[in-house]
Amino acid sequence: MTGFAARLTHVTHTYGATHALDDVTLELPAGKMVGLIGPDGVGKSTLLALIAGVRRIQTGEVMALDGDMRDARHRAASAARIAYMPQGLGRNLYPTLSVFENLDFFGRLFGQGTAERKARIAELLSATGLSPFGDRPAGKLSGGMKQKLSLCCALIHDPDLLILDEPTTGVDPLSRRQFWELIDRIRKRRPQMSVLVATAYMEEAERFDWLAALNDGKIIGAGTPAELRAQTKQPTLDAAFIALLPAEMRGDYADVVLPPLPDSGDGYAIEAQNLTCRFGDFTAVDHVNFQIKRGEIFGFLGSNGCGKSTTMKMLTGLLTPSEGEARLFGEVLDASDMATRKRVGYMSQSFSLYAELTVRQNLLLHAQLFELPSAQIPDRVAEMLARFDLADVADARPDGLPLGLRQRLQLAVAVIHRPEVLILDEPTSGVDPVARDSFWRMLIALSRQDGVTIFISTHFMNEAERCDRISLMHAGKVLAVGAPHELVARRGAADLEQTFIAYLEEATGAQRDGEETSLAAPREAAAKLRRFDPARLWAYARRETMEILRDRLRLAFAILGPLVLMLTFGFGISFDVENLTYAVYDQDNTLESRELLESFSGSRYFKQAPDIASAADIDRRLASGELKLVIEVPHGFGRDLLTSKSPEVAVWIDGSMPFRAETIRSYVTGLSQAYLAEQYRRHAMASPASPINIETRFRYNQAFKSVYSIIPGVITLILMLIPAMLTAVGVVREKEVGSISNFRSTPVTATEFLLGKQLPYALLSFFSFVLLLVGAMVIFGVPVRGSWTALVGGALLYVFSTTALGVLFSSFLRTQIAAIFVVAIISIIPAVNFSGLLVPVSSLSQIGRLFGEAFPAAWFQEVSIGAFTKGMGFWMLSPNLLVLFGFGLTYLICAILVLRKQEA
Amino acid sequence: MGSMLRHIYRLTGKELRSLWADPILLGFIVYVFSVAIYTIATGAKLEVEAARVAVVDEDHSELSRRIAAAMLPPLFRAAEQISPSEIDSAMDSGRYVFVVEIPPQFESDALSGKNPSIQINVDATAMAIAGNGAVDIQNIVLRETAAYLRKDSGTSTTPVNLVMHAKFNPNLNSAWFTSVMQVINNIATLSIILTGAALIRERERGTIEHLLVMPVNPLEIMLSKIIANGAVIVMAALLSLQFMVKGVLGVPIIGSVPLFTLGMVLFMFSVTALGLLLATYARTMPQFGLLAIPVIVILYLLSGASTPIETMPQWLQFVMQFTPNTQFVSFAQGVLYRGAGIDLVWPQLLAMLAIGGVTLGICRVRFAKTISAQD
Repeated sequence: MTGFAARLTHVTHTYGATHALDDVTLELPAGKMVGLIGPDGVGKSTLLALIAGVRRIQTGEVMALDGDMRDARHRAASAARIAYMPQGLGRNLYPTLSVFENLDFFGRLFGQGTAERKARIAELLSATGLSPFGDRPAGKLSGGMKQKLSLCCALIHDPDLLILDEPTTGVDPLSRRQFWELIDRIRKRRPQMSVLVATAYMEEAERFDWLAALNDGKIIGAGTPAELRAQTKQPTLDAAFIALLPAEMRGDYADVVLPPLPDSGDGYAIEAQNLTCRFGDFTAVDHVNFQIKRGEIFGFLGSNGCGKSTTMKMLTGLLTPSEGEARLFGEVLDASDMATRKRVGYMSQSFSLYAELTVRQNLLLHAQLFELPSAQIPDRVAEMLARFDLADVADARPDGLPLGLRQRLQLAVAVIHRPEVLILDEPTSGVDPVARDSFWRMLIALSRQDGVTIFISTHFMNEAERCDRISLMHAGKVLAVGAPHELVARRGAADLEQTFIAYLEEATGAQRDGEETSLAAPREAAAKLRRFDPARLWAYARRETMEILRDRLRLAFAILGPLVLMLTFGFGISFDVENLTYAVYDQDNTLESRELLESFSGSRYFKQAPDIASAADIDRRLASGELKLVIEVPHGFGRDLLTSKSPEVAVWIDGSMPFRAETIRSYVTGLSQAYLAEQYRRHAMASPASPINIETRFRYNQAFKSVYSIIPGVITLILMLIPAMLTAVGVVREKEVGSISNFRSTPVTATEFLLGKQLPYALLSFFSFVLLLVGAMVIFGVPVRGSWTALVGGALLYVFSTTALGVLFSSFLRTQIAAIFVVAIISIIPAVNFSGLLVPVSSLSQIGRLFGEAFPAAWFQEVSIGAFTKGMGFWMLSPNLLVLFGFGLTYLICAILVLRKQEA
Repeated sequence: MGSMLRHIYRLTGKELRSLWADPILLGFIVYVFSVAIYTIATGAKLEVEAARVAVVDEDHSELSRRIAAAMLPPLFRAAEQISPSEIDSAMDSGRYVFVVEIPPQFESDALSGKNPSIQINVDATAMAIAGNGAVDIQNIVLRETAAYLRKDSGTSTTPVNLVMHAKFNPNLNSAWFTSVMQVINNIATLSIILTGAALIRERERGTIEHLLVMPVNPLEIMLSKIIANGAVIVMAALLSLQFMVKGVLGVPIIGSVPLFTLGMVLFMFSVTALGLLLATYARTMPQFGLLAIPVIVILYLLSGASTPIETMPQWLQFVMQFTPNTQFVSFAQGVLYRGAGIDLVWPQLLAMLAIGGVTLGICRVRFAKTISAQD
């Protein structure tokens, strides 16, 4: 290996108009711990993603592991040597899978055998102290544990280049320390491994071998921490970084100073008394007590998942305490009291503003919802924009803004209604030092000038030191409360961080985990890399299967949905129109007229309603929809009939539904023919005895029962809709959740990924088909008269093609809503209208036919009805089977082509 | 009350902006209300129209030719001649729904009073047209035979003349029916998916929590979603009715459009509420998709918009009365085709209002429950 892990030459990367990287040329030394430092949105993540090969290079050259990352072959070859851990707590983990299963999945992606995987997982788990939690679902881990697990996943294949994007953001100090100790041990074991880390914690950067400082897409400094400090003549890295910034960015930088809290004396703003919250048998918050004075800044510290957020939610009324009470300004908190809500501002841990509204619109909406007098709103919004330095981005949408700016916007939104209490849940997680300091100056101004009480949780020790008082929390309990310096003194520790760690270690009784576990000697990963590896496909298929099996609700919908549909449609859809309501308008009222009308009242098709009294009634009652048919017998009908004058009888049919009207017409024709024959006989008229016989043969379905044609059609319909919906959100969800990064950063190919995601659902759908088949035979008594092979084979190919259709949509759409919407429309319309379910294919218009034939449903419908009802053999149906396979293959190939391995 | 209206107004504006920000969604809304309506109205008909008939003519007489020639549009396409050996495969493949077999000596036997038989083969798997079409063909055959034989035997009269009129749609043109019914189906599909998914999205992104700490109550949040999505869909539906149904397809709408719009608004309210209700039963988008599909398809097929409500068993007819679609389909048919006024359709209006109100009430109760449930 040459002297660098990665080398960038004139790399420029833009998103729309913004330059994330601006002509960057940089060599990152190999075998070292290399840190990227800099404020948010300066291009750190982009740079790491380019080196990892998960983002497409726009201009410039990126060399990593001695190869050109523009070259797809080099990327494929190096995928197994690079490990990439994206930003965000556990974003690349699968929350329903256990710790072990997550690791197992990654092991499979890198083609490791069972024994090797087991050994590696055991080793990594014991090294990270996760061994006791092997069976716990990843979604139930604390933030720190999630990050450790993510790291394990990244390390499972012994990478040569480990890329970590802000791995400790939002992680508590103890976990953070354990995390870095773990990295150090691994580096000792594999000294040739290069580690690239982006971080916002300067105290962490201090321990790295080499640093590159970024600002505004440019490198503003590089070297060892000592070199950087020497170069800028600053005592700390924090200060050195600020000195490196261009003068206009440094601005009026000064230390954050907290003026003393004036003694307000008058009671407490927030009080918690034995506040407790339980979820099932898990106690998240356990009898917590504290009192916070008006205008105080109260810091809330604790390990991840210790109950901080839950406590905060109880204080805002989002959660109701299971026990104990929270008081605001001496009154018990009442969640439904709108007046209280106006006195509180809340900022949740994750960004929760509307991404589709601009900064100004978000502020405006909140001002309006908090009912500020409308005359004041424009001024207040302008004031917030100015005070929080948001004026330049007022008309931008928040999702394009750097994290620091978004947090300022969230704070602006939280205080726009001048609350007396502010509850802030880790507001500065992932925010760079400069932005954090400016954020804190704003908080201090709010507290000291406006007298706002601030309740804030944080993982940054320098922030904790700025609070009037802090409380340390662990496992739902408060360990200590007091002013920061008091706590340090009480514990006799060097600083607040040591104090905090000491408290936590005492509470957990944990020694520094994994220290005594020595890691076994490294093994070389099997270096065979195949273009198509069934093992990787299996890894995805297996994982997808486990996920659906754990998601009981989805599984139930997937299996019960088809059965419910079959039952409702099997009983509900038919063409046997019966019980049509009709009424007579008998103006004659003679024996003869009653005789005529009797032929209707005796029919099972018709149901008689009260007679009609007047001609106007005919129109009215037909218009109301009450009657479908009216028979009007004129005056003198009987007389005319007897005198063979051929009287006329008017029949009015409601034509608003043409199919029903037509059916009525043919019923009436039939009834009248019977009546006429009777009249001929009665009056001894020369009956024009029909010169011919007409034999009508109903083929395939002698009994002419709807169920024989509906059930095969319903099966076609169901196997179109449900399977397509099952796969439709598959890929798009990974895009929204973030686990798509595993596809981008591991050797798995698009084919393996998509097939792996499709196959479990194709099988599930096939299982559904078997249930439907049994239902058809047992419940509806519809036997398979033709080829079983054609039916079963056809069903298999059909669900293959319909699941592939879902996969295709999922690959190119960007949101889950769009995927659900498009699949519903695209699958329902042709399947219901153009597949032959209701309307026979032969009577579709040209355009309807083309529309139908463009989707697999019409082709399977022929197989289904052919095999069930028409008794057709395999060879007659085999062309359809081929077409179905063709559909599936085409959809899948399109999906593979559309899904790019690299992000744009 | 005033503040509630103001909140709803603000939140509705927010919802509209969200919808506006998604071009794919908007594109599809346009598609379903234009192209989809057109293809379905002109492409798929339940009535015997342009049905394919084949004739196996083994007689080759004047009468047999006359019968074959009488299969005419609009009911049938010009009959095609096939040979006896082709019957099975032609029907198996579904190429023809009807095959009329005219035996040798048919004409001469008929003339000599030997009472010959003619056979109509019907593909009974094509249920929609098999029954009615068979009756139509029988009538044609009888009429043609009678007319042919009558040439020499003079005219005969029937004892009673039955004159049938189809009111409201004299030619039983099915595009009139299908187009409007498709508009209704689209309204239901879009409303359920858009409002339901909008709620799930807020929950998945955590913005709902944010709304709930503000002085805004859940009812306001739900109503704003209903109003925003409803307004867009009602607008789209009205435009579609004016330009696609009336304009392009030439369907005469005799009823009152304002009354229909009122009905549509109530329908909208009840189906969007149903969308929200479904969203409270699902926790994630994939679950919601799977739950929504069966509901949508059942409403689509069993509301009376596809097959007549009279074809369903009594119990199912009864159950379907409690769905907004069935009420609205019956309302729409009354108002648009039969020109019914509010004096005749008020029960449906009331029913939709009640269904919507009850649905929203259940939603309101479930809402609080699902939000506080920890994932």
